[in-house]
Amino acid sequence: MIGLGHYLVVSAILFTLGVFGIFINRKNIIVILMAIELILLSVNINLVAFSAYLGDLVGQVFAMFVLTVAAGEAAIGLAILVIFFRSRGTISVDDVNKMSG
Amino acid sequence: MLRDLQLVAPELILCFGALGLLMVAAFVGDRSLRLVNWLSVALLGAAGLVLLGPAGNGGDAYLGLYRADLFASFAKVLIFGASAVAILAANDWFTRDGTHRPEYPILVLLAAAGSGIMVSASDLLTLYVGVELQSLAAYVLASFQRRDDRSVEAGLKYFVLGALASGILLYGISLLYGFTGTTLFDGISRALAGPEGISTGELFGLVFVFAGLAFKIAAVPFHMWTPDVYEGAPTPVTTLFATAQKVSAMALLVRVAIEAMGPAADGWRQIVIFSALASTILGGVAGVGQANIKRLLAYSSINNVGFALIGLVPGTREGVSSVLFYLAVYVAMTLGAFLCVMRMRDLDGRPVETIGSLSGLSRTQPGLALALLFFMLSLAGFPPFLGLWPKLLVFQAAVNEGYVALAAVGIVTSVIAAYYYLKIVKTMYFDEPAGAYEPGRRTATGVVIVAAALFVSPLGYLLIGPLQQASLNAASSLL
Repeated sequence: MIGLGHYLVVSAILFTLGVFGIFINRKNIIVILMAIELILLSVNINLVAFSAYLGDLVGQVFAMFVLTVAAGEAAIGLAILVIFFRSRGTISVDDVNKMSG
Repeated sequence: MLRDLQLVAPELILCFGALGLLMVAAFVGDRSLRLVNWLSVALLGAAGLVLLGPAGNGGDAYLGLYRADLFASFAKVLIFGASAVAILAANDWFTRDGTHRPEYPILVLLAAAGSGIMVSASDLLTLYVGVELQSLAAYVLASFQRRDDRSVEAGLKYFVLGALASGILLYGISLLYGFTGTTLFDGISRALAGPEGISTGELFGLVFVFAGLAFKIAAVPFHMWTPDVYEGAPTPVTTLFATAQKVSAMALLVRVAIEAMGPAADGWRQIVIFSALASTILGGVAGVGQANIKRLLAYSSINNVGFALIGLVPGTREGVSSVLFYLAVYVAMTLGAFLCVMRMRDLDGRPVETIGSLSGLSRTQPGLALALLFFMLSLAGFPPFLGLWPKLLVFQAAVNEGYVALAAVGIVTSVIAAYYYLKIVKTMYFDEPAGAYEPGRRTATGVVIVAAALFVSPLGYLLIGPLQQASLNAASSLL
């Protein structure tokens, strides 16, 4: 029987993958955008699993909000990516280095 | 229903105003710039005025999702004021570069609406929506000069790290929701205060939520985006980030810590102590070697956030009021400092950002140098200036609850940070003039600089009484 614990483990694994995807990734920025989506979707699994477990609708409503905001976030991320590509001609992570830090 | 609408009036005005102005900008085009600019400032003023009514201290709206109390009003006054200054300052700045567009004031309005929702949030859902509305507008603002390499890079870095922060925050929210069974702050507080104590799941949620919020206030160890974004973003936008956004995120953190997680104070106190110590130390030490004044002010803001966090550690009414007082004075000092930086241009009209180019400013532009002297000494916390007072209140709140070592470290780092503030003063007053500046111009921001300089000067001591009373009243609505 698949219970709450299984969902939480899957969600934790996806979340960790997403975070590592941002920090270990040395290739290109689109992969970072995908990693961000992965993090948000892992949260959604958490919210829906808890919602079903608690018998409380708030979690599912929250998941809808997260989905909507994630769409907006992806749109803005891609827009910034496009102007970055226009000014540098590359989307490699290593080229985001005009300022040290 | 009507009552609820009255309570959220400031955000309603900003949102509908921004949408209306967006239509004007879309149909009239760039010719509408002046109109949109001034209407945006007027809308921020209107949103501030509405706070005098029920929106200022009217209680809960929408079944507890939104709370209009004095704490939120205090923060909103600072946020709306700082946003209006960011619009006014940008007018001169972007127009000269030929990159000003009506979208800028509209985005600032949307960011201000998001900030307002953040400080009034009394539910995790409202919190998330507010944070995102503010952040999404901020990502676009950071990369507003889209033909400028540094601005675009700042936007990209801010977006990636900001989205990661939102993800961490959300993960914490989902755990808190699951283990307490509610998203309302009051409900979470009740669940945490239950007889069985704080479960591991709740503790994990708490840590993730604090980590996400630490990103937003740029506290160590989640500060790494700050210097780059502050340096790369256009200066008016940096001003907005360092003032309005800092206030909203800090007020949100205080509300979450006290209202939602008050019973778990022992859990978050260690996090806040560590973050406060690390921020004051890193902000003080790392700023020393900086050559770019915007980078230096970024480290200064990290340092200041550390001090404000010291006030949160005790979790008392006195502590919370000292945080609010600190934020109010910090906003005035930082606004003033950035407005001074924005007025510095070389003879070709290009903006000047290096500290070396400040040499001899006292002889070429004595008025500007004097104002910057006031802000720097006040930021350093030198005695006759107002910047000393909030530091004193914060340390007092910590010492009264027995956190003597914390206050002692705070004082030491404040001395270290004084080095770089004094270095700027020395460069301005004792070095040979580096190069010619273009003469000062009369702009609307001049008035703001003079007002802020008078406020941080010893004259500001006259305002300590009312300001302290206001911050105490605001803190009482939380505790």
